Amino acid sequence: MSDMEIPVGPQHPALKEPESFRFELEGEIVKSVDIRLGYVHRGIERACQDRTWVQAVYLIERICGICSHSHTTCFCQAVEDIAGLEVPRRARYIRSLIGEMERIHSHLLWLGLAGHEVGFDTLFMYAWRDREVILDALEAISGNRVNYGMNTIGGVRRDLTDRDVEELRSAIRILEERVGYYTDVALEESTFRNRLEGVGKITKQQAIDLGTVGPTARAAGVNVDLRRDDPYAAYDEIPFNVVTAEAGDLLAAAEVRLGEIRESIGIMKYILDNLPDGPIAVKAPRRIPPGEACSRYEAPRGEDIHYVRSSGGDKPERVKVRAPTLANINAVAESMKGVRVADIPIIIAGIDPCFSCTDRMVRLEDRISGRVEVLRWQDLSRRYRR
Amino acid sequence: MMLEKIIALSRKSSPWVCHFNSGGCNACDIEVMATLTPRFDVERFGIQLKGSPRHADILVCTGPVTKQIRERLLRVYHQMPTPKYIAAVGSCALSGGVFYDCYNVLGGIDRVLPVDVYVPGCPPRPDAIIAGIVKVLQKMEADALELGDQGRASAAEGGNSRVSH
Repeated sequence: MSDMEIPVGPQHPALKEPESFRFELEGEIVKSVDIRLGYVHRGIERACQDRTWVQAVYLIERICGICSHSHTTCFCQAVEDIAGLEVPRRARYIRSLIGEMERIHSHLLWLGLAGHEVGFDTLFMYAWRDREVILDALEAISGNRVNYGMNTIGGVRRDLTDRDVEELRSAIRILEERVGYYTDVALEESTFRNRLEGVGKITKQQAIDLGTVGPTARAAGVNVDLRRDDPYAAYDEIPFNVVTAEAGDLLAAAEVRLGEIRESIGIMKYILDNLPDGPIAVKAPRRIPPGEACSRYEAPRGEDIHYVRSSGGDKPERVKVRAPTLANINAVAESMKGVRVADIPIIIAGIDPCFSCTDRMVRLEDRISGRVEVLRWQDLSRRYRR
Repeated sequence: MMLEKIIALSRKSSPWVCHFNSGGCNACDIEVMATLTPRFDVERFGIQLKGSPRHADILVCTGPVTKQIRERLLRVYHQMPTPKYIAAVGSCALSGGVFYDCYNVLGGIDRVLPVDVYVPGCPPRPDAIIAGIVKVLQKMEADALELGDQGRASAAEGGNSRVSH
């Protein structure tokens, strides 16, 4: 049988973001996949160099609308590290709280989209209805549903009032009940199980070799979570469990994400019960002293890394972002081999991809000859693939 | 023609919408998705989100238009049947927003396509997006009544020439 090529994207019903995949098929079976990233590349890292430190926080927030708090926390931590600022304890707790709320909203979003991709639209509607509960709570605290603007260098911008705490407690009660129901649905409902079980499977060794992070790695049995391994914000004081699964398929990914929502609810309860008093921010200097720092954050999709360098001015000298989807995209290409065409959308959705985080390119500048070369992701992987 | 007028008027009772992200940060896109979900539920009003631009009356466009996506955006636009309406959703779709000076960004949907309705906000609430779509419907009705006999098809031909290549 002759091979056939199917292009998917950048505009495609199954993709919410513009990315392009080229599948080589033999009959119904996927032989290989070529991923073309870069449609959402905006040049944020370069633009940061033209912003002041505080302005850069708001630009960084718009790297991704779903994990906006992850990126700003990661960036602010790096800058605070360079400037030697001690973030007040209350601010660290509020950062963790918003981070966990973001994790819940992101995982519910994923659950809904996964339901949608396998044709289980009822789950999509239910999950997104209950996601509104957490969005309402976020709106009450921060004033916006999606890009919260909570972080600033040296702390957070808004305090939690007693009313917010009460509203959060009632939101938690609703969520707890609903998430228990979804766990039953996802893990026992046969229409959902049969579409996910054994699909998009990677082994533990593959997960390690391909450098996967976050729920994708944990679903394959890699026990890694930065909140425990390299605590930031208030996580060194908060008790919680790291959820892992063994199977490495999409059902395991759903299991891990649902387990993480339950853990996040537990963390939120702990934070609300133990919220320390005190200031919510320290004053940051306008000019950050020279230095460099690398900051890590466990975003809903996995490990987010920011590298920041300052030359002592009022603007960053260099900001580099490694978003979690970039680490996971190789696992998609690997687990795609040998699957059926009908499973393509759910496998892509399986890592909870966020391409607006991911789209990067590399600019190589030869200092001697002055030659400048711009490499896109696929050029780079072609050049350095062994 | 009377028949065309009826078609044009009835189109507004069930407009089909296609969503395209031209390089935004996802925030507007999840809010566009949220308009479909039970809290907002635009399907009550006959508005359906369609995967293919070939079925769409309204293109809901988010993002500041990156250089790479420009060709694709134009292609999607040309795939839509006439009459076509464009709603730009989100601050960066309006003017580039926070990305206004990024090297890879053109800065707004209206640099590439003729926009009918602008919905500001970063991201706009789902209510605001629905209000924007309703504005498009009003425009649809006005166009149908005004052009009547000729239909909007010929006007849309002129509309196409507004597209910069």
